Amino acid sequence: MENPYQIYEAKIIERIKESDDIFTIKILLTDPFVHHEYKFQPGQFNMLYLFGVGEIAISIVSDPKEEQYITHTIRVVGRVSRGFEKLKEGDRIGVRGPFGKGWPLKQAIGKDVLIISGGLGCAPVTSAINYIIERQNLYGPLKILQGIKRSSEFIYHERYDRWEAAANTEVIISVDETDVSWSKSIGLVTEHIKDLQLDVNKTIVMMCGPEIMMKIAADHCIKKNIEEKNIYLSMERNMHCGCGHCGHCQIGGVFVCKNGPVFSYPEIKELLGRPGF
Amino acid sequence: MQNNIFYLLPHSKLPLLISILGTEKFEIIGPQSIDGSIVYEKIENVDQLPWGILDYQWPGIYRLENTDINKAFIFTNGPQALKPYLFRAQELLFEVEKKENKNNKKKLNFIPAKEEAPKLAFIGARACDLAAMAIQDKIFLADTHLDIYYRSRRENLFIIAVNCIRSSANCFCASTGDGPKVTKLYDILMTEIEENFVVQVGTDNGKRIIDQLELSHALPEHIKEADEYVEQAGLQQTKKLPDTNLRNLLFSNLNHPRWNDVAKRCLSCTNCTQVCPTCFCHSSLEQAILDGTKSGHYRVWDSCFTCGHSYIHGRVIRDDTRKRYRQWLTHKLGSWYDQFGTSGCVGCGRCITWCPVGIDITEETYAIYDNQNNDKEIIKEIIK
Ligand SMILES: Cc1cc2nc3c(=O)[nH]c(=O)nc-3n(C[C@H](O)[C@H](O)[C@H](O)COP(=O)(O)OP(=O)(O)OC[C@H]3O[C@@H](n4cnc5c(N)ncnc54)[C@H](O)[C@@H]3O)c2cc1C
Ligand code: SF4
Ligand code: SF4
Ligand code: FES
Repeated sequence: MENPYQIYEAKIIERIKESDDIFTIKILLTDPFVHHEYKFQPGQFNMLYLFGVGEIAISIVSDPKEEQYITHTIRVVGRVSRGFEKLKEGDRIGVRGPFGKGWPLKQAIGKDVLIISGGLGCAPVTSAINYIIERQNLYGPLKILQGIKRSSEFIYHERYDRWEAAANTEVIISVDETDVSWSKSIGLVTEHIKDLQLDVNKTIVMMCGPEIMMKIAADHCIKKNIEEKNIYLSMERNMHCGCGHCGHCQIGGVFVCKNGPVFSYPEIKELLGRPGF
Repeated sequence: MQNNIFYLLPHSKLPLLISILGTEKFEIIGPQSIDGSIVYEKIENVDQLPWGILDYQWPGIYRLENTDINKAFIFTNGPQALKPYLFRAQELLFEVEKKENKNNKKKLNFIPAKEEAPKLAFIGARACDLAAMAIQDKIFLADTHLDIYYRSRRENLFIIAVNCIRSSANCFCASTGDGPKVTKLYDILMTEIEENFVVQVGTDNGKRIIDQLELSHALPEHIKEADEYVEQAGLQQTKKLPDTNLRNLLFSNLNHPRWNDVAKRCLSCTNCTQVCPTCFCHSSLEQAILDGTKSGHYRVWDSCFTCGHSYIHGRVIRDDTRKRYRQWLTHKLGSWYDQFGTSGCVGCGRCITWCPVGIDITEETYAIYDNQNNDKEIIKEIIK
């Protein structure tokens, strides 16, 4: 990466509504050469730029093999994401990236994989899940746990159906609150960890979600005797540059943008869940 | 380089140095006394230097005094020095034009900011300023995350460093090991003695300029006088940081009552971070022009004392002054080692001087050191 502030134009080629406040965009870098050269690892993120408004850090959802487009799922929360929501197919944005260190998919070869996500944490893990399912001969059984507050927040229906149907894959989707229309699991996602049948010496865990959820989930995994170094978390902090310059994303000695966003548990545990870091 | 050769530059030849730099097409920046403080701005002649001006600094206090001492660099430092010339307080990163193409589709045209930087000769960088620059180099010149804008300014910078012959009451560079003697990163180094400067060169560029001045070599007594002044400056310092592993000290005292105590005094005003020569935090800023055809993406200095610094949707991670001051100090003296293999403090004392309520980084650190309240759980993890 020569200049981390180098930004390229991209065109929205498809927009999918996922829920009331979540949508997915598929984008294409408009310079064919740039698009061709664009390479990323699952778990990395882009800084997406909206004209006249600013940039936000958004994980890459697509598989590196999908060369036609890059996919991002965005939740509307504030100034920039609200602006993105209004975009239509054909509209132009800016893309800088990819940034950061992604999921440990190399280290996971030959291992069983447990994916735990909460809320929109399902977006950053999507690329890892697809990556593994596409290359199932390389990996052991895959277990996917996704927790949501209410059933109305459930997104990626088709994706989860597809994953559930895949060989050697178990999917548990759990809502915190009971809900009449809900046919899947109930209860905090972390509570399901206890009952999982795992080969703990062979399991690698990847998680993304609210920090408190990840801390509890990591504690459960450690209790089950999964080694700390086999537990990976994707962290989130305020981000302005994506390249280790602006200082916003520090958690003690690490920068989430350049040393993460994916960290192994020992790298981050000193300050994990500590108020103020 | 031949930094073991000492030249003698008489005060009377300073104008010649300035004019040589001018003919070499340098923009010259030097210290001046403006509105009650020493600032580094463009200079055209040596009369603009702060001749005879002494600075007095105490926690929360900065005063200049005019004296008839015939020295231009008898002051120690002002609120800023080199940092704003390398890492600009506000800077454009890219511009974006919105244009309609033939199908009436709006295209975005991204124009990266230019890398051009003026050739700058900076007169009067002190040991702490250069130590801080070396730290900022680690941030902005990292192989994997290079800032080309910082790099271009850094490459076009010609440094005329000046050894301190006095310390202020807030200086503690001797204790951090960063001063008062300049040992690296200069093109030319000067130490002011009676009527003269003892001069050393650090680079070929420096030598080229000095050669044009046709200086005689300094005599042993000149060199001795210069050394004594610099040594004196170090001995004048009364403040210091505890001689211990500060990273472990601070991270094992995250619940120390002193954090509450300092939070009662701290105004979260950001002054300490704005004057600190190593602080690098900044935010992005978008400025669109009103007709909606063009927008600029800038970065501006920010501080960990602001609310927005740690905002992520739905919560502010450092929602009170206690957490912010603790972030500042644990970063400066602690996690900086994890990030860059060095302390983030060079002992310049600026944060002490420019704090409106006179909070003193050395005093706060000692308060924890002298009365450790170690957090057992964390200690175990650090020692492991
Ligand atoms: C590595 C990483 C990956 C992410 N992936 C996704 C994703 O796939 N989908 C998604 O919807 N969101 C993702 N986020 C969160 C997303 O960046 C924020 O929701 C977004 O920045 C909010 O911006 P806003 O202007 O709409 O909101 P506002 O609330 O108006 O925020 C103002 C500014 O604060 C900063 N900020 C606020 N919240 C966050 C945050 N959570 N993280 C970082 N900066 C923040 C940004 O600079 C933002 O522009 C990710 C964040 C990180 C750090
Ligand atoms: S923390 Fe204070 S004394 Fe240390 S370098 Fe920064 S401003 Fe100077
Ligand atoms: S986090 Fe605070 S102390 Fe650290 S560089 Fe940023 S502003 Fe300075
Ligand atoms: S986002 Fe700027 S340092 Fe990480």
